[in-house]
Amino acid sequence: MSELSKKTRKNSLDKEKMIELLKRMLLYRRFEEKAGESYAIGKIGGFCHLHIGQEAVAAGCIAPLRKEDYVIGTYREHTQALAKGVAPEAVMAELYGKAPGTSGGLGGSMHIFGSDVGFMGGHGIVGGQLALALGIAWGIHYRGGDQVCVCFLGDAAVNQGAFHESLNMAAIWNLPVIYAVENNAYGMGTKFSRVSETEMSQKSASHGVPARIIDGQDVVSTYTDFTEIVEEVRQGAGPQFVDVQCYRFKGHSMSDPVSGTYRSKKEVEDKTENADPITTLADQMFDSALLTPEELKEMDMEAREIIRRAEAFAESAPEPDTKSLYDNVYSEINPNGRLFFDGRVI
Amino acid sequence: MAEITYRDALNQALVEEMERDESVFLLGEEVAEYDGAYKVSKGLLERFGDKRVVDTPISELGFTGLGVGAAMVGLRPVVEFMTFNFSFLAIDQLINSAAKMGSMSGGQVTAPMVLRGPSGAALQLGSQHSQACEAWYLHAPGLKVVTPGTPADAKGLLKTAIRDNDPVVFMESELLYNLKGEVPDGEEFLIPLGVADLKREGGDVSIITHGQMIHVALRAADQLAKKGLEADVLDLRSLRPLDVESILESVAKTNRAVCLEEGWSYGGVGAQVTSILMEEAFDDLDAPVLRVTQADVPMPYNKRLEAWAKPNVARLVEACEKVCYV
Amino acid sequence: MLTKVHMEALSPTMEEGQVVKWLKIEGDSVSEGDVLAEIETDKAVMELVARGGGLLRAVLLSEGGTAPVGEVIAVIAEANEDISLFEKQDQPTSPATTTEDTPLSGEVLAVPLSQPEQSGEKVVAEKGPGLEGQRIKSSPLARKLAEKSGLELQSISGTGPAGRIVRKDIEAALNTQAATVARPIVSVGGPEEYEDIPLTQMRKTIARRLSESIGPVPHFFLTVSVDMSKWTEARSQINRMLDTHGVKISYNDIIIKATAVALKMHPECNAHWMQSSIRRFNAVHIGVATAVEDGLITPVIRNAHSLGLREIHDEVRRLAEKAKNKMLKPEEYTGGTFSISNLGMYGIQEFTAVINPPEAAILAVGSLESGQMKLTMSCDHRVIDGAVGARFLKTLKEILEEPAAGFI
Repeated sequence: MSELSKKTRKNSLDKEKMIELLKRMLLYRRFEEKAGESYAIGKIGGFCHLHIGQEAVAAGCIAPLRKEDYVIGTYREHTQALAKGVAPEAVMAELYGKAPGTSGGLGGSMHIFGSDVGFMGGHGIVGGQLALALGIAWGIHYRGGDQVCVCFLGDAAVNQGAFHESLNMAAIWNLPVIYAVENNAYGMGTKFSRVSETEMSQKSASHGVPARIIDGQDVVSTYTDFTEIVEEVRQGAGPQFVDVQCYRFKGHSMSDPVSGTYRSKKEVEDKTENADPITTLADQMFDSALLTPEELKEMDMEAREIIRRAEAFAESAPEPDTKSLYDNVYSEINPNGRLFFDGRVI
Repeated sequence: MAEITYRDALNQALVEEMERDESVFLLGEEVAEYDGAYKVSKGLLERFGDKRVVDTPISELGFTGLGVGAAMVGLRPVVEFMTFNFSFLAIDQLINSAAKMGSMSGGQVTAPMVLRGPSGAALQLGSQHSQACEAWYLHAPGLKVVTPGTPADAKGLLKTAIRDNDPVVFMESELLYNLKGEVPDGEEFLIPLGVADLKREGGDVSIITHGQMIHVALRAADQLAKKGLEADVLDLRSLRPLDVESILESVAKTNRAVCLEEGWSYGGVGAQVTSILMEEAFDDLDAPVLRVTQADVPMPYNKRLEAWAKPNVARLVEACEKVCYV
Repeated sequence: MLTKVHMEALSPTMEEGQVVKWLKIEGDSVSEGDVLAEIETDKAVMELVARGGGLLRAVLLSEGGTAPVGEVIAVIAEANEDISLFEKQDQPTSPATTTEDTPLSGEVLAVPLSQPEQSGEKVVAEKGPGLEGQRIKSSPLARKLAEKSGLELQSISGTGPAGRIVRKDIEAALNTQAATVARPIVSVGGPEEYEDIPLTQMRKTIARRLSESIGPVPHFFLTVSVDMSKWTEARSQINRMLDTHGVKISYNDIIIKATAVALKMHPECNAHWMQSSIRRFNAVHIGVATAVEDGLITPVIRNAHSLGLREIHDEVRRLAEKAKNKMLKPEEYTGGTFSISNLGMYGIQEFTAVINPPEAAILAVGSLESGQMKLTMSCDHRVIDGAVGARFLKTLKEILEEPAAGFI
């Protein structure tokens, strides 16, 4: 870590990159706000986990990747899908359960996919995606490619067996996978220190996988550090474990309180006021005269307009055809025998 | 046509498919240097190297997930479970990842892979190592389940399963690995999934079964013939997709059916087949469909009790006679 | 000692029986030969007697309940004997899977069928609850087959568990398998009284081809018109002679007598189809189709060829009375060699009757109008060819048109 920190310095990015990161974060923020709003009026159903407060993770960890690299995530993945290049219209339509959604309305908030841009899905079982990432990295290794696979996980996932099984095998075979913990300190409503005797950074040690700590509320730092890590892995450094320290401004999902039961209102207010990744970057840029408030406002309007269009698209998009229910359960209709046993005729 | 063992038939299928398609690889516990716990993968490491024949740690959840992930990016993994009893450690990846990938991604991502190994009881292995696991996996749409009972079926179906574009749970049997049988030559010997095989033809009663139970059924059919009853022994071979047409055809002819399976009765294969017969062959039935299954208990160790708990020829004969009102 | 009380075959065709009334209740002391229950068979109400003594420990079938022949319906045992093996029958049975150790063909069904009860002297006249309103158990296939072939399930006895009608019962009903005849329960007569004629190849072919063509019993019909004017006169004379005895010979009695005489002259029409042979009888036993309250029964006038008109008259009346009261004994309604159905009294001019297998023919008698009467004989073509039937009818016509001919 120390070596990396020495190399990495804040404000070392050029203006263009910083504006790109700012624009990305604004888009993610407005997207999630709109999702929350739509959820509140019943346009979006089921579970819906917002990324508000953690936009720097999506922007900073994914911006360094190439299109052919892979990202696989958890159920808090809307913004990561956007970051990897999935169209906001398609993601919003999926949240609305509509036919042009990324999964034709059959996946929902927790299962956004964009395989054409290397986004290998949001996955709903804590820890499950770690083993899938292992396989994706195996695929890269098998074919001798130089892509990397970034696997996001929540801090609670490190207590799953899948975490240790995956890190162990990734290490044995030196696979190009980066396990990036979005360490927002709470597994749903349980503080990490209550469910782990050791620190996050110690979790990969027994597998010989290097651990790094990154400031996930500072997008410049996240981006810079992650760029380094990605390049190292691309060069064959093997699996990495990154403790991306961040903070969730909203509840775990839409039905959860923002504060009160497991964290204090003061703690949340303190973080929203002092550790908002968008404000942090904007302030840095104001200070360095790289950005004016008017420019920020204009960028924000741009982001809002993109989201407005995405929302309008989702709103007016058609419902999926009932027949589509059966379309992708199997990749092809078997010429022989029966695959479905519900007796329904569509 | 050569007479080879069930084990060698599987081995041939693996060799041929790995030769044919570079994206096929085998992983699991003891599959490489040890040549496989049951020697199914004998010689493969030497032939294909350690990237394509991979010894894994004892981490069923992890390596099964690895298989699904590799399949998601276009490889065709063959995941070996030393026995399907251990697959329960990996059931999250089978059910939540493999089975649902196509549907939850709207068809963007699929998991073409084979999950294979022995299932069912061998001899005196106790409750944790003696269970027929097909019903667990049949329950989940998105998976296919195949249960070959002869060397020819083992080869023809494994080759098809490897080429299939969906996850296929492929259940072998410890007691069948040494079984010899005629296996057609040729690399294009493929048996389609979803096609049952009438292993014996008779007109009086349909015995509907699969996997190693077909041998129990054939012995029972011999005994029934001596008593003047001729049984259809219908080997389903593939449980999903299921050859419903052949089931209905046989029962239309015999008007009676007994479902024989190695697993437990509650929610088992026979329960499903019986339900289909109720729904689609009601007017053909001259007697209620009966099932012969394992005793509804964890498999005991004691030899006598184990034999009692397993479905056997005598029980099947009795059930067949009962549906024939004899 | 434990004695199982089975549902016994109390009539030759009985497949199941219904308990009308238990005459003993649980706990009663029972001696061998005691009447335990009244059982309604397919034909009559019969008595079921104890085949062992002790206490009536368990009654397994309630009044009104039905059980197939052979099923244990009660248990007689000493007070200290274990009878836990026997459970109540009319509890709903759970869907069977065969994983249990219980033998699939349970003890109850494995018990050999008892010989039918012959001591029918004290026939109970009380009529038990009928089958109306009760569900007839039948397999789905049996229902499909029955519907297809126009069979009423009510007319068929089931041989499956709990009397379920199954495929083979329908086939038996269709096939006119001579099941009832095959059972040597009621003897038609000693071997000297009939002759079995082996089937020639030609006869076999005729039987097979005709069955394929028209159904299990290939009927054909011959009608003849008879001038009864001479018998009208003769009947008046006879009845005048019998007037003091209060007896009035009917045309039906005359037709029975004439038919018996004609059959004696044409034994080829006094026959049964036995599947593998044709049985020609020397004696003539004429079944007389008799309507009863809930159906039809055919009491048999035995040795009709050797009975006088008055004897025939008396026998017909006696049997009709018993039939009405459901008191016919099995031997009184089985074993016919030829049947007559007379609907003349209903004003029916002519009709065709359905053969009562395994008999080879039945005579349908129409009404007498202006001295003319039409007779239609239904013939089983496997037994009777057209010319044979025609010759018989010619003789019958002669006897009926010329009373003296009956004495030749």
